[in-house]
Amino acid sequence: MSYSALQIWVIILGLGLGTYLLRFSFLGIIGNRPLPEWVLRHLRYTAVAVMPGLITPLILFPQATGGAMDPVRLGAALATIAISLWTRNVTLTIFGGAAVLFALHFGLG
Amino acid sequence: MTQHSTRPDYLNGCRDGLPFFLVIAPFGAVFGVVATEAGLDLAQVMGFTFLVIAGAAQFVALQMMVENAPVLIVLAASLAVNLRMAMYSAALAPHLGGLSFGRRAVISYLLTDQTFAAAILRYEQSAPRALHQKMAYFLGVATPVVPVWYLATWAGAALGSAIPPGLPIDFAVPITFLALIVPMLRTLAHVIAALVSIIAVLALAFLPFNLGLLIAALLAMIAGAETERRMAAQAAP
Repeated sequence: MSYSALQIWVIILGLGLGTYLLRFSFLGIIGNRPLPEWVLRHLRYTAVAVMPGLITPLILFPQATGGAMDPVRLGAALATIAISLWTRNVTLTIFGGAAVLFALHFGLG
Repeated sequence: MTQHSTRPDYLNGCRDGLPFFLVIAPFGAVFGVVATEAGLDLAQVMGFTFLVIAGAAQFVALQMMVENAPVLIVLAASLAVNLRMAMYSAALAPHLGGLSFGRRAVISYLLTDQTFAAAILRYEQSAPRALHQKMAYFLGVATPVVPVWYLATWAGAALGSAIPPGLPIDFAVPITFLALIVPMLRTLAHVIAALVSIIAVLALAFLPFNLGLLIAALLAMIAGAETERRMAAQAAP
């Protein structure tokens, strides 16, 4: 890395400020002004629209394996989905999924 | 104005935020270790962690800095990774937009993948809560999440790696998000939005700067909203 200390701080402050403005954008500007129904209808799907796309590459092509599909990670993902459908409890699912992940890691590894 | 108790909501939020420890602690520590090894000093590492609080973008910035990319390119690429925060901000506005300007400013600082996903799941699933109860829940989720992120990064930077190499800790992220997403798939419209998101992100994987994810998310939101509209039209006499 060959940046000056100033350049590094420009990156840190720029990324920090930019990220904050993205977070504040709609929450700050719109506030509680009523939004049209068609906008609200789209916003209702934000979480299910972003999160699956965010994690799909992490599940199928993990960086840790150089992008190769990994039976341990795939198995843990499927088990996590099954535990979620079965327990309907987020906390139990997270710990159950982590337990399956490590069981498969040490069992298959 | 009716006074609603916010304490149970805050405590529920804390409880629901605790399992994120599994993600936040190792990732904060890994960021601290990797950033220090890349040549950042402790103040710079903690500057990232306090001012950005967004693991994925921090790792992207760091990776590009290791490759000595121009400052503006580092900023553009890492900010692109965080564009989804604007979508979260919009999705929270109908729930928290009634708060004072100062409170919205604080909520914005604490808006992360984890706090957003936990809060939106709660707002959509539980019985309707008053504005300040919704805020209390959000702050509750952030309480164990954000300080752990600071502390873990500091520990990684100051103490070095205590995490044995080869452990699949990267996979804590997909597990926690799966645990949050599956309960959100309540209607056909939610399922279709999720499927469109998955298919589109794979089809658009060739795009740089995470743009594929943003386009996939927009397509998925449109697909979900359109399904909802058609189903409502069908259900109407």
